[in-house]
Amino acid sequence: MIWQLAWREFRLILSSPLSWLLLAVSQAVVGWWFLLLVEQYRTRYEALVIQVNSPMGVNDLVVMPYFGSVLLLAMLLLAAALMAMRLVAEERRSGSIQLLFAAPLGMTELVLGKYLAGLAFLVLVLLPWVLMPLALEPATVLDRGRLASSGLGLFLLAALLVAVAIFASCMTRQPPLAAVITVAIGLLLLGINAGAVVVADHRDPILSYVSALTHYQPLVQGLVGTANLAYFLLLGAGFLFFAVRRLDALRLQA
Amino acid sequence: MSDQALLDAAGVGRRYGQRQAVEAVNLRVRRGEIHGLLGLNGAGKSTTLRMLCGTLAPTRGQIRLAGLDLLEHPIEAKRQLGYLPEIPPLHPDTCVDEYLRYATLVRRLPRGQRSAAVDRALQLCDLGAVRRRLIRNLSKGFQQRVGIAQAIVHQPALIILDEPTAGLDPRQVSAIRDLIRALRQEHAVLFSSHILPEVQSLCDRVTILHQGRQVYQGKPQGDANRNRVRVRFRSPPPLNALAGIPGVEHVESLEEQGVLLSLSLDTAMDVLLRQSLDNGWGLEELRPERPTLEQIFLDLTTGEELA
Repeated sequence: MIWQLAWREFRLILSSPLSWLLLAVSQAVVGWWFLLLVEQYRTRYEALVIQVNSPMGVNDLVVMPYFGSVLLLAMLLLAAALMAMRLVAEERRSGSIQLLFAAPLGMTELVLGKYLAGLAFLVLVLLPWVLMPLALEPATVLDRGRLASSGLGLFLLAALLVAVAIFASCMTRQPPLAAVITVAIGLLLLGINAGAVVVADHRDPILSYVSALTHYQPLVQGLVGTANLAYFLLLGAGFLFFAVRRLDALRLQA
Repeated sequence: MSDQALLDAAGVGRRYGQRQAVEAVNLRVRRGEIHGLLGLNGAGKSTTLRMLCGTLAPTRGQIRLAGLDLLEHPIEAKRQLGYLPEIPPLHPDTCVDEYLRYATLVRRLPRGQRSAAVDRALQLCDLGAVRRRLIRNLSKGFQQRVGIAQAIVHQPALIILDEPTAGLDPRQVSAIRDLIRALRQEHAVLFSSHILPEVQSLCDRVTILHQGRQVYQGKPQGDANRNRVRVRFRSPPPLNALAGIPGVEHVESLEEQGVLLSLSLDTAMDVLLRQSLDNGWGLEELRPERPTLEQIFLDLTTGEELA
Protein backbone atom coordinates (compact mmCIF):
# COMPACT_ATOMS: atom_id res chain seq x y z
CA MET A 1 0.00 0.00 0.00
CA ILE A 2 2.75 2.43 0.98
CA TRP A 3 4.65 1.69 -2.23
CA GLN A 4 1.59 2.10 -4.40
CA LEU A 5 0.76 5.41 -2.73
CA ALA A 6 4.36 6.51 -3.17
CA TRP A 7 4.44 5.50 -6.83
CA ARG A 8 1.25 7.40 -7.59
CA GLU A 9 2.49 10.47 -5.70
CA PHE A 10 5.84 10.29 -7.48
CA ARG A 11 4.08 10.25 -10.87
CA LEU A 12 2.04 13.26 -9.78
CA ILE A 13 5.23 15.09 -8.82
CA LEU A 14 6.72 14.34 -12.22
CA SER A 15 3.58 15.53 -14.00
CA SER A 16 4.15 19.02 -12.64
CA PRO A 17 6.21 21.39 -14.80
CA LEU A 18 7.65 22.95 -11.66
CA SER A 19 9.47 19.73 -10.82
CA TRP A 20 11.10 19.58 -14.24
CA LEU A 21 12.06 23.21 -14.02
CA LEU A 22 13.69 22.57 -10.67
CA LEU A 23 15.54 19.55 -12.06
CA ALA A 24 16.83 21.61 -14.97
CA VAL A 25 17.83 24.67 -12.94
CA SER A 26 19.52 22.74 -10.17
CA GLN A 27 21.43 20.61 -12.67
CA ALA A 28 22.56 23.69 -14.61
CA VAL A 29 23.70 25.51 -11.47
CA VAL A 30 25.49 22.53 -9.98
CA GLY A 31 27.02 21.60 -13.33
CA TRP A 32 28.40 25.10 -13.75
CA TRP A 33 29.85 25.02 -10.25
CA PHE A 34 31.54 21.70 -10.99
CA LEU A 35 33.00 23.09 -14.18
CA LEU A 36 34.40 26.09 -12.30
CA LEU A 37 36.05 23.82 -9.75
CA VAL A 38 37.65 21.70 -12.47
CA GLU A 39 38.84 24.81 -14.28
CA GLN A 40 40.29 26.23 -11.07
CA TYR A 41 42.17 22.98 -10.46
CA ARG A 42 43.54 22.90 -13.99
CA THR A 43 44.75 26.48 -14.10
CA ARG A 44 45.87 26.98 -10.53
CA TYR A 45 46.26 23.89 -8.36
CA GLU A 46 47.64 21.34 -10.78
CA ALA A 47 51.00 23.06 -11.23
CA LEU A 48 51.19 23.79 -7.51
CA VAL A 49 50.54 20.17 -6.56
CA ILE A 50 53.28 18.95 -8.85
CA GLN A 51 55.66 21.63 -7.64
CA VAL A 52 55.44 20.72 -3.95
CA ASN A 53 54.95 17.03 -4.74
CA SER A 54 51.75 16.98 -2.67
CA PRO A 55 49.74 13.79 -2.24
CA MET A 56 46.58 15.81 -2.88
CA GLY A 57 44.82 15.56 -6.23
CA VAL A 58 41.52 15.93 -8.00
CA ASN A 59 39.73 14.00 -5.30
CA ASP A 60 40.71 16.48 -2.61
CA LEU A 61 40.71 19.67 -4.60
CA VAL A 62 37.71 19.19 -6.89
CA VAL A 63 35.39 16.43 -5.70
CA MET A 64 35.52 17.29 -2.00
CA PRO A 65 34.86 21.01 -2.28
CA TYR A 66 32.19 20.16 -4.82
CA PHE A 67 30.22 18.00 -2.41
CA GLY A 68 30.92 20.31 0.49
CA SER A 69 29.67 23.40 -1.29
CA VAL A 70 26.89 25.60 -0.03
CA LEU A 71 25.44 25.68 -3.53
CA LEU A 72 24.66 21.97 -3.52
CA LEU A 73 23.03 22.18 -0.12
CA ALA A 74 21.01 25.22 -1.15
CA MET A 75 19.68 23.40 -4.22
CA LEU A 76 18.81 20.39 -2.12
CA LEU A 77 17.01 22.65 0.33
CA LEU A 78 15.11 24.27 -2.52
CA ALA A 79 13.97 20.89 -3.80
CA ALA A 80 12.87 19.91 -0.28
CA ALA A 81 10.94 23.17 0.03
CA LEU A 82 9.14 22.38 -3.22
CA MET A 83 8.16 19.01 -1.82
CA ALA A 84 6.90 20.68 1.36
CA MET A 85 4.62 22.85 -0.73
CA ARG A 86 2.92 20.02 -2.49
CA LEU A 87 3.02 16.89 -0.37
CA VAL A 88 0.40 17.67 2.27
CA ALA A 89 -0.18 21.44 2.46
CA GLU A 90 -1.50 21.67 -1.09
CA GLU A 91 -3.91 18.79 -0.50
CA ARG A 92 -5.15 20.42 2.67
CA ARG A 93 -5.67 23.74 0.93
CA SER A 94 -7.64 22.21 -1.93
CA GLY A 95 -9.58 19.91 0.40
CA SER A 96 -8.54 16.77 -1.47
CA ILE A 97 -6.95 15.49 1.74
CA GLN A 98 -10.51 14.65 2.86
CA LEU A 99 -10.47 11.73 0.44
CA LEU A 100 -7.50 10.30 2.30
CA PHE A 101 -8.91 11.05 5.75
CA ALA A 102 -12.16 9.25 4.95
CA ALA A 103 -10.37 6.33 3.29
CA PRO A 104 -9.36 3.18 5.13
CA LEU A 105 -5.77 4.36 5.48
CA GLY A 106 -3.52 4.74 8.47
CA MET A 107 -1.78 8.07 8.83
CA THR A 108 1.56 6.28 8.98
CA GLU A 109 0.91 4.74 5.58
CA LEU A 110 -0.05 8.11 4.21
CA VAL A 111 3.01 9.90 5.58
CA LEU A 112 5.42 7.16 4.52
CA GLY A 113 3.89 6.97 1.04
CA LYS A 114 4.28 10.69 0.53
CA TYR A 115 7.71 10.67 2.14
CA LEU A 116 9.04 8.01 -0.19
CA ALA A 117 7.66 9.85 -3.21
CA GLY A 118 9.35 13.08 -2.09
CA LEU A 119 12.59 11.26 -1.39
CA ALA A 120 12.47 9.59 -4.80
CA PHE A 121 12.22 13.00 -6.41
CA LEU A 122 15.17 14.33 -4.43
CA VAL A 123 17.19 11.27 -5.44
CA LEU A 124 16.32 12.11 -9.03
CA VAL A 125 17.63 15.61 -8.40
CA LEU A 126 20.91 14.58 -6.82
CA LEU A 127 21.70 11.51 -8.92
CA PRO A 128 23.24 13.53 -11.78
CA TRP A 129 25.23 15.52 -9.22
CA VAL A 130 26.81 12.34 -7.92
CA LEU A 131 27.43 10.96 -11.40
CA MET A 132 28.95 14.16 -12.77
CA PRO A 133 32.47 13.66 -11.27
CA LEU A 134 32.66 10.39 -13.21
CA ALA A 135 33.16 12.58 -16.26
CA LEU A 136 36.74 13.09 -14.99
CA GLU A 137 37.37 9.35 -15.12
CA PRO A 138 39.13 9.28 -18.53
CA ALA A 139 41.59 11.98 -17.45
CA THR A 140 42.45 11.01 -13.92
CA VAL A 141 42.16 8.37 -11.20
CA LEU A 142 39.00 8.91 -9.18
CA ASP A 143 38.50 7.62 -5.66
CA ARG A 144 35.24 5.81 -6.34
CA GLY A 145 34.80 4.75 -2.74
CA ARG A 146 34.90 8.34 -1.64
CA LEU A 147 32.51 9.31 -4.40
CA ALA A 148 30.09 6.64 -3.21
CA SER A 149 30.43 7.78 0.37
CA SER A 150 29.78 11.39 -0.67
CA GLY A 151 26.74 10.21 -2.59
CA LEU A 152 25.53 8.38 0.50
CA GLY A 153 26.02 11.56 2.54
CA LEU A 154 24.00 13.58 0.06
CA PHE A 155 21.30 10.92 0.07
CA LEU A 156 21.09 10.91 3.86
CA LEU A 157 20.91 14.69 3.90
CA ALA A 158 18.10 14.52 1.35
CA ALA A 159 16.31 11.88 3.43
CA LEU A 160 16.50 14.18 6.45
CA LEU A 161 15.36 17.25 4.54
CA VAL A 162 12.35 15.48 3.02
CA ALA A 163 11.35 14.36 6.51
CA VAL A 164 11.59 18.00 7.60
CA ALA A 165 9.59 18.98 4.51
CA ILE A 166 6.74 16.58 5.18
CA PHE A 167 6.60 17.69 8.79
CA ALA A 168 6.46 21.34 7.71
CA SER A 169 3.86 20.44 5.11
CA CYS A 170 1.62 19.03 7.83
CA MET A 171 1.94 22.17 9.92
CA THR A 172 0.04 24.53 7.65
CA ARG A 173 -2.45 24.64 4.82
CA GLN A 174 -0.50 27.43 3.10
CA PRO A 175 2.01 25.85 0.70
CA PRO A 176 4.39 28.86 0.67
CA LEU A 177 4.45 28.84 4.45
CA ALA A 178 5.31 25.14 4.42
CA ALA A 179 8.23 25.93 2.12
CA VAL A 180 9.49 28.69 4.39
CA ILE A 181 9.21 26.47 7.47
CA THR A 182 11.21 23.79 5.66
CA VAL A 183 13.95 26.25 4.72
CA ALA A 184 14.03 27.63 8.26
CA ILE A 185 14.32 24.24 9.94
CA GLY A 186 16.71 23.04 7.24
CA LEU A 187 19.05 26.00 7.65
CA LEU A 188 18.90 25.68 11.41
CA LEU A 189 19.86 22.01 11.20
CA LEU A 190 22.67 22.61 8.74
CA GLY A 191 24.25 25.61 10.36
CA ILE A 192 23.22 25.73 13.98
CA ASN A 193 26.85 25.44 15.16
CA ALA A 194 28.09 28.22 12.89
CA GLY A 195 26.82 30.96 15.17
CA ALA A 196 28.32 29.45 18.30
CA VAL A 197 31.85 30.12 17.15
CA VAL A 198 31.05 33.78 16.62
CA VAL A 199 29.03 34.33 19.78
CA ALA A 200 30.88 32.20 22.31
CA ASP A 201 34.24 32.29 20.58
CA HIS A 202 34.62 28.55 20.84
CA ARG A 203 33.00 25.48 19.35
CA ASP A 204 30.01 24.38 21.34
CA PRO A 205 30.16 20.57 21.46
CA ILE A 206 26.40 20.11 21.79
CA LEU A 207 25.49 22.43 18.96
CA SER A 208 28.23 20.91 16.83
CA TYR A 209 26.77 17.51 17.44
CA VAL A 210 23.24 18.64 16.56
CA SER A 211 24.34 20.22 13.29
CA ALA A 212 23.74 18.08 10.24
CA LEU A 213 26.93 19.35 8.58
CA THR A 214 29.05 17.83 11.35
CA HIS A 215 27.73 14.46 10.27
CA TYR A 216 27.80 15.15 6.57
CA GLN A 217 31.45 16.26 6.33
CA PRO A 218 32.99 12.90 7.35
CA LEU A 219 30.95 11.17 4.66
CA VAL A 220 32.30 13.56 2.04
CA GLN A 221 35.80 12.79 3.30
CA GLY A 222 35.05 9.11 2.82
CA LEU A 223 34.47 8.14 6.43
CA VAL A 224 31.28 6.11 6.80
CA GLY A 225 30.57 5.81 10.51
CA THR A 226 27.56 4.26 12.16
CA ALA A 227 27.22 7.27 14.48
CA ASN A 228 26.71 9.55 11.53
CA LEU A 229 24.29 7.18 9.83
CA ALA A 230 22.35 6.86 13.07
CA TYR A 231 22.14 10.65 13.39
CA PHE A 232 20.40 11.03 10.03
CA LEU A 233 18.13 8.04 10.49
CA LEU A 234 17.00 8.98 13.99
CA LEU A 235 16.43 12.64 13.23
CA GLY A 236 14.56 11.78 10.01
CA ALA A 237 12.43 9.20 11.79
CA GLY A 238 11.69 11.79 14.47
CA PHE A 239 10.33 14.30 11.97
CA LEU A 240 8.26 11.58 10.30
CA PHE A 241 6.87 10.56 13.67
CA PHE A 242 5.81 14.13 14.42
CA ALA A 243 4.26 14.42 10.95
CA VAL A 244 2.14 11.32 11.63
CA ARG A 245 1.09 12.68 15.01
CA ARG A 246 0.22 16.01 13.50
CA LEU A 247 -1.92 14.44 10.75
CA ASP A 248 -3.70 12.27 13.30
CA ALA A 249 -4.51 15.38 15.30
CA LEU A 250 -5.66 17.22 12.18
CA ARG A 251 -7.90 14.40 11.11
CA LEU A 252 -9.63 14.28 14.43
CA GLN A 253 -9.56 17.77 15.86
CA ALA A 254 -9.46 20.41 13.16
CA MET B 1 -29.50 -8.95 13.66
CA SER B 2 -31.16 -8.57 10.25
CA ASP B 3 -32.46 -5.16 11.25
CA GLN B 4 -29.01 -3.98 12.20
CA ALA B 5 -28.45 -0.44 10.98
CA LEU B 6 -25.59 0.21 8.60
CA LEU B 7 -24.89 3.44 10.35
CA ASP B 8 -25.75 3.91 13.96
CA ALA B 9 -24.85 7.18 15.61
CA ALA B 10 -25.85 7.61 19.22
CA GLY B 11 -25.73 10.95 21.00
CA VAL B 12 -23.02 12.32 18.73
CA GLY B 13 -21.92 15.87 19.49
CA ARG B 14 -19.08 18.19 18.69
CA ARG B 15 -17.82 21.24 20.49
CA TYR B 16 -15.43 23.80 18.98
CA GLY B 17 -13.93 25.54 21.97
CA GLN B 18 -16.85 27.31 23.62
CA ARG B 19 -19.24 26.78 20.74
CA GLN B 20 -21.38 23.68 20.67
CA ALA B 21 -21.61 23.02 16.92
CA VAL B 22 -23.62 19.82 17.17
CA GLU B 23 -25.23 18.27 20.19
CA ALA B 24 -26.57 14.77 20.62
CA VAL B 25 -27.52 13.66 17.13
CA ASN B 26 -29.00 10.19 16.85
CA LEU B 27 -29.07 8.62 13.43
CA ARG B 28 -29.81 5.17 12.10
CA VAL B 29 -29.51 4.41 8.42
CA ARG B 30 -30.48 1.01 7.09
CA ARG B 31 -29.64 -0.77 3.87
CA GLY B 32 -31.64 0.40 0.88
CA GLU B 33 -32.62 3.60 2.61
CA ILE B 34 -32.11 7.20 1.53
CA HIS B 35 -31.79 9.44 4.51
CA GLY B 36 -31.83 13.21 4.22
CA LEU B 37 -30.13 15.60 6.59
CA LEU B 38 -31.75 19.01 6.52
CA GLY B 39 -30.94 22.29 8.09
CA LEU B 40 -30.26 25.94 7.51
CA ASN B 41 -26.74 27.03 6.69
CA GLY B 42 -24.64 26.61 9.79
CA ALA B 43 -27.05 24.16 11.40
CA GLY B 44 -24.27 21.60 11.80
CA LYS B 45 -24.95 19.37 8.80
CA SER B 46 -21.38 19.23 7.51
CA THR B 47 -19.93 18.84 10.98
CA THR B 48 -22.28 15.92 11.59
CA LEU B 49 -21.40 14.26 8.29
CA ARG B 50 -17.68 14.75 8.89
CA MET B 51 -17.99 13.05 12.25
CA LEU B 52 -19.87 10.14 10.67
CA CYS B 53 -17.07 9.75 8.12
CA GLY B 54 -14.33 9.73 10.71
CA THR B 55 -12.65 12.90 9.47
CA LEU B 56 -13.61 14.73 12.64
CA ALA B 57 -13.70 13.24 16.10
CA PRO B 58 -16.93 13.71 18.03
CA THR B 59 -16.51 15.18 21.50
CA ARG B 60 -19.30 12.88 22.69
CA GLY B 61 -21.32 9.94 21.53
CA GLN B 62 -20.61 6.80 19.59
CA ILE B 63 -20.63 6.00 15.89
CA ARG B 64 -20.90 2.49 14.55
CA LEU B 65 -20.49 1.75 10.87
CA ALA B 66 -21.69 -1.69 9.84
CA GLY B 67 -21.41 -2.73 13.45
CA LEU B 68 -17.83 -1.49 13.84
CA ASP B 69 -16.93 1.37 16.13
CA LEU B 70 -15.52 4.15 13.97
CA LEU B 71 -12.92 5.30 16.47
CA GLU B 72 -11.78 1.87 17.60
CA HIS B 73 -11.63 0.20 14.18
CA PRO B 74 -11.35 3.13 11.78
CA ILE B 75 -9.75 1.21 8.94
CA GLU B 76 -12.20 -1.68 8.82
CA ALA B 77 -15.16 0.64 9.34
CA LYS B 78 -14.13 3.07 6.61
CA ARG B 79 -13.99 0.29 4.03
CA GLN B 80 -17.78 0.43 4.13
CA LEU B 81 -17.88 4.12 3.45
CA GLY B 82 -17.92 6.43 0.46
CA TYR B 83 -17.83 10.13 1.22
CA LEU B 84 -18.30 13.24 -0.87
CA PRO B 85 -17.32 16.29 1.20
CA GLU B 86 -18.79 19.72 0.63
CA ILE B 87 -15.84 20.57 -1.62
CA PRO B 88 -15.19 17.56 -3.86
CA PRO B 89 -11.71 16.21 -2.99
CA LEU B 90 -10.51 16.23 -6.60
CA HIS B 91 -7.03 16.38 -8.08
CA PRO B 92 -7.48 19.01 -10.78
CA ASP B 93 -4.33 18.06 -12.66
CA THR B 94 -5.20 14.43 -13.29
CA CYS B 95 -7.68 12.96 -15.72
CA VAL B 96 -10.95 11.45 -14.54
CA ASP B 97 -9.84 7.90 -15.21
CA GLU B 98 -6.64 8.17 -13.29
CA TYR B 99 -8.25 9.97 -10.39
CA LEU B 100 -10.88 7.26 -9.96
CA ARG B 101 -8.18 4.62 -10.13
CA TYR B 102 -6.41 6.43 -7.32
CA ALA B 103 -9.68 6.43 -5.36
CA THR B 104 -9.88 2.63 -5.69
CA LEU B 105 -6.29 2.39 -4.50
CA VAL B 106 -6.80 4.37 -1.31
CA ARG B 107 -9.97 2.37 -0.63
CA ARG B 108 -7.83 -0.77 -0.72
CA LEU B 109 -9.67 -2.44 -3.56
CA PRO B 110 -7.71 -5.50 -4.78
CA ARG B 111 -5.65 -4.69 -7.85
CA GLY B 112 -7.61 -7.01 -10.13
CA GLN B 113 -10.94 -5.32 -9.40
CA ARG B 114 -9.85 -1.73 -9.91
CA SER B 115 -10.40 -1.34 -13.65
CA ALA B 116 -13.84 -2.88 -13.51
CA ALA B 117 -14.77 -0.68 -10.54
CA VAL B 118 -13.64 2.46 -12.37
CA ASP B 119 -15.60 1.48 -15.50
CA ARG B 120 -18.70 0.83 -13.46
CA ALA B 121 -18.49 4.18 -11.64
CA LEU B 122 -17.88 6.02 -14.91
CA GLN B 123 -20.95 4.39 -16.38
CA LEU B 124 -23.16 5.01 -13.33
CA CYS B 125 -22.24 8.68 -13.20
CA ASP B 126 -22.38 9.04 -16.98
CA LEU B 127 -18.76 10.15 -17.20
CA GLY B 128 -17.65 7.89 -20.05
CA ALA B 129 -17.33 10.77 -22.51
CA VAL B 130 -14.93 12.74 -20.30
CA ARG B 131 -12.86 9.91 -18.83
CA ARG B 132 -9.65 11.11 -20.46
CA ARG B 133 -10.19 14.81 -19.78
CA LEU B 134 -8.36 16.72 -17.06
CA ILE B 135 -10.61 17.34 -14.09
CA ARG B 136 -9.56 21.00 -14.08
CA ASN B 137 -11.19 21.51 -17.48
CA LEU B 138 -14.54 19.99 -16.60
CA SER B 139 -17.64 22.01 -15.80
CA LYS B 140 -18.87 22.25 -12.22
CA GLY B 141 -21.60 19.69 -12.86
CA PHE B 142 -19.14 17.17 -14.22
CA GLN B 143 -16.71 17.82 -11.38
CA GLN B 144 -19.51 17.17 -8.92
CA ARG B 145 -20.27 13.93 -10.71
CA VAL B 146 -16.61 12.92 -10.53
CA GLY B 147 -16.86 13.63 -6.80
CA ILE B 148 -19.83 11.28 -6.53
CA ALA B 149 -18.09 8.67 -8.70
CA GLN B 150 -15.17 8.82 -6.29
CA ALA B 151 -17.55 8.08 -3.39
CA ILE B 152 -19.18 5.04 -5.02
CA VAL B 153 -16.30 3.56 -6.97
CA HIS B 154 -15.51 0.92 -4.36
CA GLN B 155 -19.20 0.01 -3.91
CA PRO B 156 -19.39 0.94 -0.26
CA ALA B 157 -22.35 -0.12 1.81
CA LEU B 158 -22.94 3.45 2.93
CA ILE B 159 -22.59 6.56 0.80
CA ILE B 160 -22.45 9.94 2.50
CA LEU B 161 -22.90 12.99 0.28
CA ASP B 162 -22.56 16.52 1.59
CA GLU B 163 -24.79 18.82 -0.47
CA PRO B 164 -24.37 16.85 -3.69
CA THR B 165 -26.47 19.28 -5.73
CA ALA B 166 -25.06 22.57 -4.46
CA GLY B 167 -24.31 25.02 -7.24
CA LEU B 168 -25.71 22.94 -10.07
CA ASP B 169 -28.22 23.92 -12.73
CA PRO B 170 -31.73 22.39 -12.60
CA ARG B 171 -30.98 19.74 -15.19
CA GLN B 172 -27.84 18.63 -13.41
CA VAL B 173 -29.75 18.58 -10.14
CA SER B 174 -32.32 16.24 -11.58
CA ALA B 175 -29.57 14.03 -13.07
CA ILE B 176 -27.94 13.73 -9.67
CA ARG B 177 -31.31 13.04 -8.09
CA ASP B 178 -31.80 10.16 -10.53
CA LEU B 179 -28.34 8.91 -9.71
CA ILE B 180 -29.03 8.91 -5.97
CA ARG B 181 -32.28 7.07 -6.61
CA ALA B 182 -30.39 4.47 -8.65
CA LEU B 183 -27.84 4.05 -5.87
CA ARG B 184 -30.42 3.03 -3.30
CA GLN B 185 -30.71 -0.38 -4.98
CA GLU B 186 -27.43 -1.57 -3.54
CA HIS B 187 -26.36 1.08 -1.08
CA ALA B 188 -27.65 3.17 1.75
CA VAL B 189 -27.36 6.89 1.08
CA LEU B 190 -27.16 9.70 3.61
CA PHE B 191 -27.05 13.17 2.15
CA SER B 192 -27.42 16.71 3.34
CA SER B 193 -29.24 19.51 1.62
CA HIS B 194 -31.18 22.63 2.25
CA ILE B 195 -33.39 22.20 -0.79
CA LEU B 196 -36.65 20.91 0.64
CA PRO B 197 -38.43 19.57 -2.49
CA GLU B 198 -35.31 17.62 -3.34
CA VAL B 199 -35.29 15.92 0.03
CA GLN B 200 -39.04 15.35 0.00
CA SER B 201 -38.92 13.62 -3.37
CA LEU B 202 -35.90 11.46 -2.61
CA CYS B 203 -35.77 10.46 1.00
CA ASP B 204 -37.32 7.67 2.99
CA ARG B 205 -36.45 9.39 6.21
CA VAL B 206 -35.40 12.86 7.17
CA THR B 207 -33.49 14.35 10.05
CA ILE B 208 -33.71 18.07 10.61
CA LEU B 209 -30.95 19.89 12.44
CA HIS B 210 -31.39 23.33 13.83
CA GLN B 211 -28.67 25.23 15.61
CA GLY B 212 -26.79 22.01 16.18
CA ARG B 213 -29.78 20.22 17.67
CA GLN B 214 -31.77 17.42 16.15
CA VAL B 215 -35.32 18.75 16.04
CA TYR B 216 -37.09 16.23 13.82
CA GLN B 217 -36.66 12.72 12.56
CA GLY B 218 -39.19 10.82 10.53
CA LYS B 219 -40.90 10.59 7.18
CA PRO B 220 -40.45 13.55 4.85
CA GLN B 221 -44.21 14.14 4.55
CA GLY B 222 -45.06 13.93 8.19
CA ASP B 223 -47.90 11.51 8.90
CA ALA B 224 -50.98 11.98 6.82
CA ASN B 225 -53.76 12.37 9.33
CA ARG B 226 -57.16 11.25 8.03
CA ASN B 227 -58.81 12.65 11.12
CA ARG B 228 -57.75 16.18 10.50
CA VAL B 229 -59.46 18.00 7.67
CA ARG B 230 -59.36 21.54 6.50
CA VAL B 231 -62.63 23.05 5.28
CA ARG B 232 -63.39 26.41 3.75
CA PHE B 233 -66.83 28.02 3.27
CA ARG B 234 -68.08 30.96 1.25
CA SER B 235 -70.10 32.17 4.24
CA PRO B 236 -68.44 30.62 7.28
CA PRO B 237 -70.75 29.45 10.06
CA PRO B 238 -70.03 30.28 13.71
CA LEU B 239 -67.43 27.95 15.17
CA ASN B 240 -69.80 26.54 17.78
CA ALA B 241 -72.16 25.38 15.02
CA LEU B 242 -69.34 23.25 13.66
CA ALA B 243 -68.35 22.10 17.13
CA GLY B 244 -71.92 20.95 17.67
CA ILE B 245 -71.73 18.35 14.90
CA PRO B 246 -71.49 14.89 16.46
CA GLY B 247 -68.01 13.47 15.95
CA VAL B 248 -66.23 16.81 15.69
CA GLU B 249 -63.81 16.95 18.58
CA HIS B 250 -62.00 20.18 18.05
CA VAL B 251 -62.40 23.24 15.86
CA GLU B 252 -59.65 25.66 15.06
CA SER B 253 -60.09 28.77 12.98
CA LEU B 254 -57.42 29.45 10.37
CA GLU B 255 -58.91 32.88 9.47
CA GLU B 256 -58.83 33.24 5.68
CA GLN B 257 -57.61 29.68 5.28
CA GLY B 258 -60.84 28.19 6.63
CA VAL B 259 -61.29 25.92 9.59
CA LEU B 260 -59.32 22.95 10.84
CA LEU B 261 -61.48 20.16 12.23
CA SER B 262 -60.43 17.18 14.30
CA LEU B 263 -62.85 14.31 13.74
CA SER B 264 -63.49 11.28 15.91
CA LEU B 265 -66.30 9.67 13.84
CA ASP B 266 -66.30 8.93 10.11
CA THR B 267 -69.97 9.99 9.92
CA ALA B 268 -69.09 13.53 10.99
CA MET B 269 -68.14 14.33 7.40
CA ASP B 270 -71.64 13.38 6.12
CA VAL B 271 -73.34 15.54 8.72
CA LEU B 272 -71.06 18.42 7.88
CA LEU B 273 -71.95 18.21 4.18
CA ARG B 274 -75.70 18.04 4.88
CA GLN B 275 -75.59 20.99 7.24
CA SER B 276 -73.58 23.03 4.74
CA LEU B 277 -76.21 22.38 2.07
CA ASP B 278 -79.16 22.99 4.42
CA ASN B 279 -77.76 26.21 5.90
CA GLY B 280 -76.15 27.58 2.72
CA TRP B 281 -72.61 27.78 4.16
CA GLY B 282 -71.29 27.22 0.65
CA LEU B 283 -68.56 24.57 1.06
CA GLU B 284 -65.64 25.49 -1.16
CA GLU B 285 -62.83 23.23 -0.08
CA LEU B 286 -62.42 20.04 1.93
CA ARG B 287 -59.13 18.20 2.22
CA PRO B 288 -57.22 16.05 4.67
CA GLU B 289 -54.45 17.92 6.41
CA ARG B 290 -50.95 16.61 5.73
CA PRO B 291 -48.00 18.65 6.93
CA THR B 292 -45.45 19.13 4.13
CA LEU B 293 -41.79 18.97 4.78
CA GLU B 294 -41.69 22.69 4.32
CA GLN B 295 -44.26 23.17 7.07
CA ILE B 296 -42.45 20.82 9.37
CA PHE B 297 -39.19 22.53 8.58
CA LEU B 298 -40.44 26.07 9.00
CA ASP B 299 -42.36 25.21 12.16
CA LEU B 300 -39.24 23.78 13.68
CA THR B 301 -36.71 26.32 12.54
CA THR B 302 -38.50 29.66 12.80
CA GLY B 303 -39.91 29.25 16.29
CA GLU B 304 -36.51 28.41 17.67
CA GLU B 305 -34.85 31.49 16.37
CA LEU B 306 -37.16 33.77 18.31
CA ALA B 307 -36.46 31.89 21.50
